[in-house]
Amino acid sequence: MKEIILLKDGEIVLKGLNRRSFEDVLKKNIKNVLNPIGKFEITSAQSTIYVKPLYDDIDLDEACDRISRVFGIVAYSRAAVCDEKTLESVLKTAPVYLEKTLKAASTFKVEAKRSDKKFPYKSPEICRELGGELISKFPHLKVDVHNPEVTVNVEIRDFGAYIHCDPEKGAGGIPVGTGGKAAILISGGIDSPVAAYMMAKRGIRLTAVHFASPPYTSRRAEEKVVKLLKKVSRYAGPMTMYTVPFTKIQEKIRNDCPEELFTIIMRRLMMEMSEKIALQNDCSALITGESLGQVASQTIGALGCTDEATNMLVFRPLIGMDKQEIIDISYKIDTYETSIEPYEDCCTVFTPKHPRTRPVLKYVKEAQEKAEFAPLVEEALQNLKTTFISSDD
Amino acid sequence: MEHYLDNSATTAVSAKAAEKAYRIMTENYGNPSSLHLKGMQAEHELENARKIIARTLSVQSEEIIFTSGGTEANNLALFGIAQAKKRRGNRIIISSVEHSSIMEAAQRLENDGFEIIRIAPDKDGVIKPQSVLQAVDNSTVLVSVMCVNNETGAVMPVSEIFSAVKEKNSDIICHTDAVQAFGKIALNARRLCADLITVSAHKVHAPKGCGALYLKKGVRIVPVQYGGEQEKKLRPGTEALPLIAAFAVACDEFKIEENYKAVQELNSYAVKKLENIEGVIINSPENALPYVINVSAGRVRSETMLHFLGELDVFVSSGSACAKGKPSHVLSAMGLSKERADSALRISFSKYSTKEDVDALCIGIETGLKVLVHR
Repeated sequence: MKEIILLKDGEIVLKGLNRRSFEDVLKKNIKNVLNPIGKFEITSAQSTIYVKPLYDDIDLDEACDRISRVFGIVAYSRAAVCDEKTLESVLKTAPVYLEKTLKAASTFKVEAKRSDKKFPYKSPEICRELGGELISKFPHLKVDVHNPEVTVNVEIRDFGAYIHCDPEKGAGGIPVGTGGKAAILISGGIDSPVAAYMMAKRGIRLTAVHFASPPYTSRRAEEKVVKLLKKVSRYAGPMTMYTVPFTKIQEKIRNDCPEELFTIIMRRLMMEMSEKIALQNDCSALITGESLGQVASQTIGALGCTDEATNMLVFRPLIGMDKQEIIDISYKIDTYETSIEPYEDCCTVFTPKHPRTRPVLKYVKEAQEKAEFAPLVEEALQNLKTTFISSDD
Repeated sequence: MEHYLDNSATTAVSAKAAEKAYRIMTENYGNPSSLHLKGMQAEHELENARKIIARTLSVQSEEIIFTSGGTEANNLALFGIAQAKKRRGNRIIISSVEHSSIMEAAQRLENDGFEIIRIAPDKDGVIKPQSVLQAVDNSTVLVSVMCVNNETGAVMPVSEIFSAVKEKNSDIICHTDAVQAFGKIALNARRLCADLITVSAHKVHAPKGCGALYLKKGVRIVPVQYGGEQEKKLRPGTEALPLIAAFAVACDEFKIEENYKAVQELNSYAVKKLENIEGVIINSPENALPYVINVSAGRVRSETMLHFLGELDVFVSSGSACAKGKPSHVLSAMGLSKERADSALRISFSKYSTKEDVDALCIGIETGLKVLVHR
């Protein structure tokens, strides 16, 4: 029996004249995630995308798993393709295709959708006929139109007739690449991968910036970030990661700046440098994992001082979330276990004992200017390390 | 050149042991349980290895159970005894500086209703017999104290502890985790008064994935795993013969006194040099095994110094986890200040260690203290 995967477009159906280009991006994204497991034909019609495997030995479970992480899809279902677009074929296909499911269930209902109005039977008639057929094949079944255990869906579309059970929930959002590009500042903690995921969900293509301070931070900490980004790229697609050699700058902060301002000045420099990397990579915004009030550098005053260091638009998708809400998402996208591996990262070295929670911008800027970071910043930006991140490596 | 000074974590496999493993894998690859000739030859290898390992502990061959390593042997000892003795009593006494395979197994037993008493060391990191004895009562079924601490090298007076315990109540079972002592000091089960002893292969120049539990004849344990007749049903599963045979070869190469002397000399040399570096404090106690030196390197965090030394091809262990992790339970139990525990490094020698290794280490620490910015 031939099977295909039917995908329901999400918000993009609400787009007007841009809809076609959104759909094209979505189809390309689907093609990219499915490419490693086999060849598929991907077409769209009537706000549905049809994913048809071109060979019989393709693993459709794996395909569905990959599709479940593609943004722009609200729901998807594996469906049987009837040999012909006739009622007889529907009645023949459904009991065979759904045998296991129906044997395990006790109640069911049939829902039919006839978007091809030339089909000679109306939807209620299809429901009645197939319902009767299923009861005669599986006499233990009872019809329950309000709370059925199984809903058998029949779709009569322009290109054929399809049968499937309840659709699975998709990743939602809008297709990655339709929303422009932004640079995520990623440390290796719990928050930044979640922030990256959330902005990718809104169609943003990502570039990653990571600050490394060997030997205060280890190669393992950097590997951990690569591991996290690979997890994120299962949703966000492939991306480039820039590692900034940050040791000399952090040492200079430690030596030449007042202790209570260490973190705030470090974060300002990170913003400033990320902005430069972002501009070189056609990014129009920065993304951070900051959450208001979580730590001293994320108070309203500290964020104000950090924000002033860049002219670029900064997305902070976690700003209003509780830690537990962030952790819940990190579990969902499978980054949590990696995030909690205990290595030093650039945010945990040289932490002041009593960081300023209400820094005054004027003094912060004065302290920063006095230390003259420009030559070191320039040097670091000329020595960036580039790593290409893809979930399939 | 590489300077590997992390031998308490694991050691290089000796050439002879590696060759033995290779030959078992490619030539004598039979299953010791098979009835045919190939199986019989494999069984001979297995029993020969058992004899050699038994000899190193001065015990009978049939008292040795092969496991996948120290962790499994410790788990088998604790769960095995607890299960076998649960009707006699429910108190188990351990030291508070044991390896995590004892600490966490005990934690699990505590959750299951056993009473776990954790004995704290004195400020030298040594467990005093008197403090163990005080905890022994009528419901005590098991005492487990390690021979040598893995972080500081502190040598525990195990035979004194166990003989005092047995004198008070001869029914109590005594187990020692001898992973860090095995092959470094002479161990004799009877002299230790131990009923169970854990040893591991990869700390003595044999491959990882193999260890053994000495179980005194007549002491009953309940197995943790099920599924075969191997190892008297106490540790079923096809024996890892290549590893076990290599383990035996490594044991055959033991030259305990000779190596001890050489390492002791190296230790004195290292301690003298380290003490001369400003800011370095030795944490290991006076009586520590010469194979291990725990030091605090000034105000530079363990992980930073470790990576700095790594760049110079000097490999040591951090005595403590990083700022995000928990501080070492051993150093905390000894009452070390946070700053000292945060900067602790563990240097551990093997018979292959040289003065050049120590020189490279000292130059590394000295340079690190100069160029690394302290917090």
